[in-house]
Amino acid sequence: MSGYQGKKNIPRITSDRLLIKGAKIVNDDQSFHADIYIEDGVIKQIGENLIVPGGVKTIDAHGRMLIPGGIDVHTRFQMPDRGMIAADDFYQGTRAALAGGTTMIMDHVVPEPGVSLIAAFNQWREWADHKSCCDYALHVDITEWHKGMQDELEALVKDHGVNSFLVYLAYKDIFQLSDSQMYEVFSVIRDLGAIAQVHAENGDIIAEEQKRILGLGITGPEGHVLSRPEEVEAEAVNRAVTVANQTNCPLYMTKVMSKSAADVIAQARKKGTVVYGEPITASLGTDGTHYWSKNWAKAAAYITSPPLSPDPTTPDYLNSLLACGDLQVTGSAHCTFNTSQRAVGKDDFTLIPEGTNGTEERMSIIWDKCVVTGKMDENQFVAVTSTNAAKIFNLYPRKGRIAVGSDADLVLWDPDTTKIISAKSHHLAVEYNIFEGIEVRGAPLVVISQGKIVLEDGNLHTTEGSGRYISRKPFPDYVYKRIKARSRLAELCGVPRGLYDGPVCEVTVTPKVMTPVTSGKTSPVKHVPQPVRNLHQSGFSLSGAQIDDNVPRRNTQRIVAPPGGRANITSLG
Amino acid sequence: MSFQGKKNNPRVTSDKLIIKGGKIVNDDQSFYADIYIEDGTIKQIGENLIVPTGVKTVDAYGHIVIPGGIDVNTCLQAPHLGMTPADDFYHGTRAALAGGTTMIIDHAVPEPGASLLAAYDQWRDTADKRSCCDYSLHLDITRWHDGLFEELEHLVKDKGVNSFLIFMAYKDKYQSSDTQIYEMFSAMRELGAIALVHAENGDIIEEEQKKLLDLGITGPEGHVLSHPEEVETEAVYRAVTIAKQANCPLYITKVMSKPAADVIAKARKKGMVIYGESIAAGLGADGSHYWSKDWAKAAAFVMSPPLSPDTSTPEYLSSLLSCGDLQLTASAHCTFSTAQKAVGKDNFTLIPEGTNGIEERMSIVWDKAVATGKMDENDFVSVTSTNAAKIFNLYPRKGRIAVGSDADIVIWNTKETKIFSAKSHNLTVEVNIFEGMECRGFPVVVISQGRIVLEDGKLNVTEGSGRFIPRKAFPDFVFKRIKARGRMADARGVPRGNYDGPVHDVISMTKSVPATPTTRGPSCPGKTPLGPARNLHQSGFTLSGTQMDDHIPRRTSQKIVAPPGGRSNITSLS
Repeated sequence: MSGYQGKKNIPRITSDRLLIKGAKIVNDDQSFHADIYIEDGVIKQIGENLIVPGGVKTIDAHGRMLIPGGIDVHTRFQMPDRGMIAADDFYQGTRAALAGGTTMIMDHVVPEPGVSLIAAFNQWREWADHKSCCDYALHVDITEWHKGMQDELEALVKDHGVNSFLVYLAYKDIFQLSDSQMYEVFSVIRDLGAIAQVHAENGDIIAEEQKRILGLGITGPEGHVLSRPEEVEAEAVNRAVTVANQTNCPLYMTKVMSKSAADVIAQARKKGTVVYGEPITASLGTDGTHYWSKNWAKAAAYITSPPLSPDPTTPDYLNSLLACGDLQVTGSAHCTFNTSQRAVGKDDFTLIPEGTNGTEERMSIIWDKCVVTGKMDENQFVAVTSTNAAKIFNLYPRKGRIAVGSDADLVLWDPDTTKIISAKSHHLAVEYNIFEGIEVRGAPLVVISQGKIVLEDGNLHTTEGSGRYISRKPFPDYVYKRIKARSRLAELCGVPRGLYDGPVCEVTVTPKVMTPVTSGKTSPVKHVPQPVRNLHQSGFSLSGAQIDDNVPRRNTQRIVAPPGGRANITSLG
Repeated sequence: MSFQGKKNNPRVTSDKLIIKGGKIVNDDQSFYADIYIEDGTIKQIGENLIVPTGVKTVDAYGHIVIPGGIDVNTCLQAPHLGMTPADDFYHGTRAALAGGTTMIIDHAVPEPGASLLAAYDQWRDTADKRSCCDYSLHLDITRWHDGLFEELEHLVKDKGVNSFLIFMAYKDKYQSSDTQIYEMFSAMRELGAIALVHAENGDIIEEEQKKLLDLGITGPEGHVLSHPEEVETEAVYRAVTIAKQANCPLYITKVMSKPAADVIAKARKKGMVIYGESIAAGLGADGSHYWSKDWAKAAAFVMSPPLSPDTSTPEYLSSLLSCGDLQLTASAHCTFSTAQKAVGKDNFTLIPEGTNGIEERMSIVWDKAVATGKMDENDFVSVTSTNAAKIFNLYPRKGRIAVGSDADIVIWNTKETKIFSAKSHNLTVEVNIFEGMECRGFPVVVISQGRIVLEDGKLNVTEGSGRFIPRKAFPDFVFKRIKARGRMADARGVPRGNYDGPVHDVISMTKSVPATPTTRGPSCPGKTPLGPARNLHQSGFTLSGTQMDDHIPRRTSQKIVAPPGGRSNITSLS
C-alpha cells in the first residue's frame, strides 16, 4: 500500500484515540466479539482486556455489530453536464455518504472529449481535496480514444494511483467507443494492470430508438426507458465480455440494472471470465415503473442510464444474485440534479440530465433487502458493501477489513433501527429522493472515519476537506493472479509446415485498401505487418512427419502426391 | 407466381413422367402413391392414375420420393480479389443436381458502393445462361446508405428478391455499424423482406488478425485462431437484439459453433422470429483440419465463420437441427482452387474463403441426422427443402410434393452408402473437404422441372435450363407474427401536460460534438434526429386532476405539499 498522501494546509484530526468496547466485529469471513483500540486513524489493537492509555474516549458497543466502513465504488459528485453541475458536490455527497455508513467513495473523473485525462484528473483532485469529508479515490473515464492516450493511462497508473478506467458503449457521438477502440483500450489496460470498467448499453440502438420514440411524439421521461430496453443493456454486456475474453482483460460492469444483463454476467463467470458486476442502490431498491408517473418532476428524478427496469421483480432478483455471488459489489452511481436542472429536458427526454441518489441510502437498503430477508448474512453484507470493492480495487486490507493496521473506517451498525427515507430528512442538496417513503431496517449508529467520530447520536460532525486521496496500485492480486496465469498459458503457436510452393493465382492485391469512411475518431492506423514474401525461397516438403502420421492409413486408399498437395488429403476423419 | 420463361434457351418441358411404387415423403407425412408429371408440374398423385400412353415410367420401388432439395446459400459467382470461384453457375448447379438439390439461392455480392440493381442484373445474366437448375437470388448489402432504400424497394417489388444479407464482419469492406443494421432492419421489415446476417464481430477479428500476424502465425490455423467462436456468438447476440428492437425477422446464415446456435435457440424461446442455417461443412466436418501440416488441405477449410475446432460441434448442430432450434440447411458453397487459395500462402487473411458442400449436403444430413435416428424422413424434408421454401416464399411451388407444385423431385436411396472424394465429385475444385467420408443415403433419380437429370448414375443436365424464380415479399410463414407484433407495439406516452417549473440554463452542446467515433463501419449520410418543436409559451401543466396512483390509498401520516415544481408530489413510491 502506498503511503498516505497528506495535504498540508487542511486541518486534520488524526491524534484521536478511541476504544470501542464489547463490539461484535464483523468481517467478510467471520464475526467475533472483541474490543478495538484506535490511534492516529489506524486500528492498533484488537482483543480482550486491551492495555490502552488512560483518558481514552470509550464507546460501549453493547454487543452491536462493528463493520468496516462502506465503500461506495461509484459516485459522480459535482459532475458537470452541459454547464450544469450535479446538485450534490463533494462536500454534500461525502457528508451524506458518511451519514449512511459509507466511509470511502470512488468518484468518476469525466473528461470532456478533447481534454487530457491528466488535466481532468487534476481538476477532480482539486475539487475533492477541498471538499471531501471522507477518503476517496478516482476512476478515470475514457471518453474518447486514440493511441497517444496510452501514455496518459500509464502516467495515471504509475504516478497518480489510478487503477481503473471506464469506457462507454453508449452516448453515441459523445462518449461512445467502437469495438476496435474498446479492444485497444482493454489491451492497454491489461498491460498496465488496471481494471476495465464498462458502461454497457448499445448506443447505436439507443440513438435509433430515441429518434423513433420522439417521432411518435413521446417526449416525457417514459421515453427514456422506452428507448433503452433492457436487451440493449444485456447486448452491450455480452459484447464487452467477448472483447474482454479476447484481450484477457479483467472486466467490471458498472450499474447492472436489469435481470438479463445480470444473467449475462453470471453466465460469463460460469465460463471463467474475470468479470465483476456492480448493482446500484437504485436498482436494488426501486424499479422503473415510476417513469410513468403523472408527475413530471417525479418521473424525471428516476432518469439514469441504464434505466431502472420497469419489471418490478428486478430489485429482488438483483439482490438474490448479489447474495449468491454472481454480482459482487455495490455502488450508488450517485449523481443528482435538481428539478430545475432536469427540466432542461421537459420537452425532450433525451436532454434530461441523468443520475439518481443513493450514496446515503445504499447500506441500509442492502441490509433491509438482503440481510433482513435472510438472503445473506452479516459477513456477506460486509463483503458486498466494502470488502469486495477493496479487494478488486487494491485497497485491501487497508480498507474493507477490521484488522490491526487497517484504517479506522468503522461503522457501528444497528440492525434494528427502522427509518423512513425522505427528502425532508436526507443529507442531500437535491429536492427529490427516489426512495421517498421507503421504510428500511438497519442504520449506522456511530460512524468513524479516519479514526474520528463523524456520526454519533444522530449528529454529523464532518470536516470539509478532511478526506484524503487514496492511491491504488496496479495489478490487484484479487483480480490479476488469474489474468497473469492465463496470459502465460495463452501463447499461440503456428503450425510449422514449410512454405507452400504450388501454383499461385495472380491477383491484384487490394485487400482492405477500401478503407473509406472509418468514422470520425479512429485511432492512427497501425499497418498490418505483411510478412515478407520471398518468392524464391521454398522449404515445402511433402515428405517428413505429418500431423496425422499416428492415424493408421486404410490400405484401400491410394495416396498420390502431385505438386500442390492435392491428394495429400487422406483421412479427414 | 408466373414463370419467367427465357426465349432463347433450349428447354424440354414436354416430358411426361410417371413415378411408380415409391413412398412419397413430405414434411408432414409419408404415403405410398404414384406421381404423374407433365410440363414440369405435378399433375396427379394417387393410385391407379389414368395417364396417356407411352409415358416414361420411373420405378421408385423401395426408395422414398422427396421434394428436391433447396440449397439456400451458395456463392457461385461472387469474386474475391478479382478471382472468381472455381465452381461457377454451371458446375455448381450440376453438382447440386447430382446431390439431389434442385434449386439454389445464390448470393449476389455487389462491390461496396456499387448499385444493387447492377449486381442483380449481372447475376441474372450469368445464371440464366449457365444455371442447370432453378435458382433465386439473395442480395448482399455491402455498404448501406439511405439512398439504397429505393433500390431495395425496387428489388422487392419488381425483381422478385425478398432477402438481403448484412455483414457484421469484414471490417472496412462489407461491415455495417449497429446504426446501419438498425436502419436496414427497419427498411426490410417495411418492405416485407428477410434480413440475413453474416454474424461475426469484424472489429475484434481485425484486432486478432493483427495480433496473430505479429506473432508470426501466417498459416490457415491463424484463420480460426482469429475467428474464435465467441466472436460469432457475440454478433449473433447483437443481431438478435437489434432485430428485436426493429421487429424484423432475422435469419442467421452459417451457424458454425455451439454457442452461436445456443443464442439462436434461446432467442426463439423468448419469442423472436429468427431462423438459423446450418451448412454442410458445419454438419459434416470440424475445424481440427486447420492444423493440418498440408497447407493445401488446411487452406481448403478456410471459411467464415470458421469450422469450430471443437470436434463435438457437428453432432451438436445436427441435434439442434433435429429438434427445430435450427431450421434449415445450406452449403455456403464457394470454392477456390488450391492455386487461388495460395494467394494467402504467407498471410492467412488473404486466403479466399469458402468450402464445398453443394453436392454433399443432402447425403450428409441424411447420414448424420436420419441414419442416426435424430430425425425422421419428414424432418429431413423439412430441413433440406420445405422450411427453406416457406421462409423464402417459394411454398408450395417448391418444397412439397403436391398437385400443382413444380416437378422437382428426388428418388432417394436410404440404404446404401457412398464415399465422397475429389476424384469422383462433380466439382472442378481439387480438394473436397469431406474426402473419404462414407455417407448413407443418396439420390438415385433426380427430376428437375419435370425432366430426369440424374439416372443410373449419369448426369444429363442442360446448361442454361435453370429458371429464375421470383419471390414475393411478406412470406406468410415469417411475417404473420411480425405484422401482429407491429400492431401491438405502439408505444404510448404519458399524458401529463407540460412542466412549468423553473428550468436551468444550459450551454446547448448536446450531440454537437462533431466526431463520430462509434460506428463499426463506414458511416452513412446522417439523418438528423428530429426533435419536437419546443414551445416555451405553451403550458398545460396542472397539479390537480387524476393521477396515476390515485387508486392507492394515501397514508394519513404523510403530509402532501405541492409547491410549484411538484416537489412533494412524491407520496407512495411503491
